[in-house]
Amino acid sequence: MTEFLVVVRPGELLLDPLSHEFMRRALLVSSMVGAVCGLLSCYMTLKGWALMGDAVSHAVMPGVVVAYALGIPFAVGAFVFGVGSVALIGFVKQKSRVKEDTVIGLVFTGFFALGLVLVSKIKSNIDLMHILFGSPLGISISDLQQTLLISLIVVFILLVFRRDLLLYCFDATHARSIGINTGFLHYLLLSVLSLAAVAGLQTVGIILVVAMLITPGATAYLLTDRFDRMTFLAVSSSIFSSILGVYISYWTDIETGGSIVLVQTIVFLIAFLFAPRYGILNSRHSLTS
Amino acid sequence: MEGFSNHPFTGDFRIEADQICVDYNGRVALYDASLRLRAGCICGLVGMNGAGKSTFIRALMGFVRPSRGIVRINGMPLRQAQREQAVAYVPQNEGIDCSFPVSVWDVVMMGRYGSMNLMRVPRESDRRAVLDALERVELLEFRNNPIGSLSGGQRKRTFLARAIAQRASVLLLDEPFTGVDVRTEKLMADLFLQFRQQGRSILISTHDLTHVRDFCDFVVLINKTVLAYGETSKVFTKENLTMTFGGMPPDLLSGVSHSEDLEA
Ligand SMILES: Nc1ncnc2c1ncn2[C@@H]1O[C@H](COP(=O)(O)OP(=O)(O)OP(=O)(O)O)[C@@H](O)[C@H]1O
Ligand SMILES: [Mg+2]
Repeated sequence: MTEFLVVVRPGELLLDPLSHEFMRRALLVSSMVGAVCGLLSCYMTLKGWALMGDAVSHAVMPGVVVAYALGIPFAVGAFVFGVGSVALIGFVKQKSRVKEDTVIGLVFTGFFALGLVLVSKIKSNIDLMHILFGSPLGISISDLQQTLLISLIVVFILLVFRRDLLLYCFDATHARSIGINTGFLHYLLLSVLSLAAVAGLQTVGIILVVAMLITPGATAYLLTDRFDRMTFLAVSSSIFSSILGVYISYWTDIETGGSIVLVQTIVFLIAFLFAPRYGILNSRHSLTS
Repeated sequence: MEGFSNHPFTGDFRIEADQICVDYNGRVALYDASLRLRAGCICGLVGMNGAGKSTFIRALMGFVRPSRGIVRINGMPLRQAQREQAVAYVPQNEGIDCSFPVSVWDVVMMGRYGSMNLMRVPRESDRRAVLDALERVELLEFRNNPIGSLSGGQRKRTFLARAIAQRASVLLLDEPFTGVDVRTEKLMADLFLQFRQQGRSILISTHDLTHVRDFCDFVVLINKTVLAYGETSKVFTKENLTMTFGGMPPDLLSGVSHSEDLEA
């Protein structure tokens, strides 16, 4: 990618797009969402909540549709349905003998289907493609404001509770034994997940938002053994991928969400191959030497 | 070393458990288990595999909900005692993900979280407590290693250090001696005797009967319920042990404990 930049005069290539209002908005919202999802992805990967992330991000769909139809902030609707789906998953799991991953799959597809049905039935100017695949290049100013607000809330919560959440992910038993309310942390993390899913929906859409919520964390996890460094790496790789993804989408006129996630995946692959300690090429080397 | 947080308590007992009953989905694991432990004593918890030792300790920590009975620590209800860092617990198996990106230092620091502010920013006193705890279990040189790079015994010592760093007045240790080398065993025994001197009380479950004889003031023999409880010299007899371990010949048991005479 860097070669590509060098060959075609990087200055112009990077600065030209900034003269467009829509590009400035897209870059702002993508980097903000990238930062938020990158930060949260550390907890998601460490807690093993990839499937939960997928579930919540799909389950917010009917909430977004209802919110747009009623004219209330989409974040509110998404939040209600995101947390609602999680509560429902917990309830069904407790009351039946069906295994958790089955329940998760069952509930989120149910919610998602409900969202699809609602979109087709409720008369509104919602663009299904916009929700499913995101469109940071066409984001409205009110959506932009809401997304920025959500991002700030999520970052604030994650920063205040970062140590507690880390302890909760690492050793919930110990957290309880020193008097920390783990039930509260559980629902806090799920609420934050719902909010981040709504934010991510703006840039990459519902289908791909789970990538934003796990890939940066997984990449950083391959690169370090320190949690603080891991959050830093996840956030920076996520922001980098988001910005580069938007640019590539602009230059080559490809789908923005896809391009962001693809860049993220490539970054992961690079870490997977070349990470100093955990990359497959290096671990093979240490085995033979 | 600095003292532990010496919680004022109304009752005379560090641990009071009254007629605890626990069942797992209807299968009784423990019934009518009572225990009272004064300040400054070490109590051994002895019983067969599956006798309910871990269950008893988990019930004392509130991790399994007893169908009956109450627990008080330092005269306080359990939740309050936990919030005030009165009780530290080291489980038999930590059940943690060993590839977690935290260092030994980070893990031991987690013992201090309960005494920190909301953001869990360590103060100088917290750092000193962690340093002291790491020194006591001889892990200081490993402090920057990721938890995943430790051996099983070293990891066990890390979690003990975390409990020490908490500076609680009651310690509940579920088989702390399994999987540690003799040197560490000695080190831990000395540590427990020091804690006793400071007025803390320790409940230790163990399969090594020599430990009970060597440094436990009291012993609880259990098999689904408390079979016998009292001063080690009075309760730790061949007859009681035979009863506890379900009719095994006494000579075999004393062989396990490497002792000439258990009643000594
Ligand atoms: N989570 C659980 N669910 C169902 N049954 C359990 C559970 N934990 C323990 N049990 C049962 O309760 C009984 C007591 O188990 P516990 O773990 O307390 O024994 P223990 O005395 O600690 O044994 P060990 O010496 O092997 O550690 C056993 O019969 C066990 O099968
Ligand atoms: Mg046990």
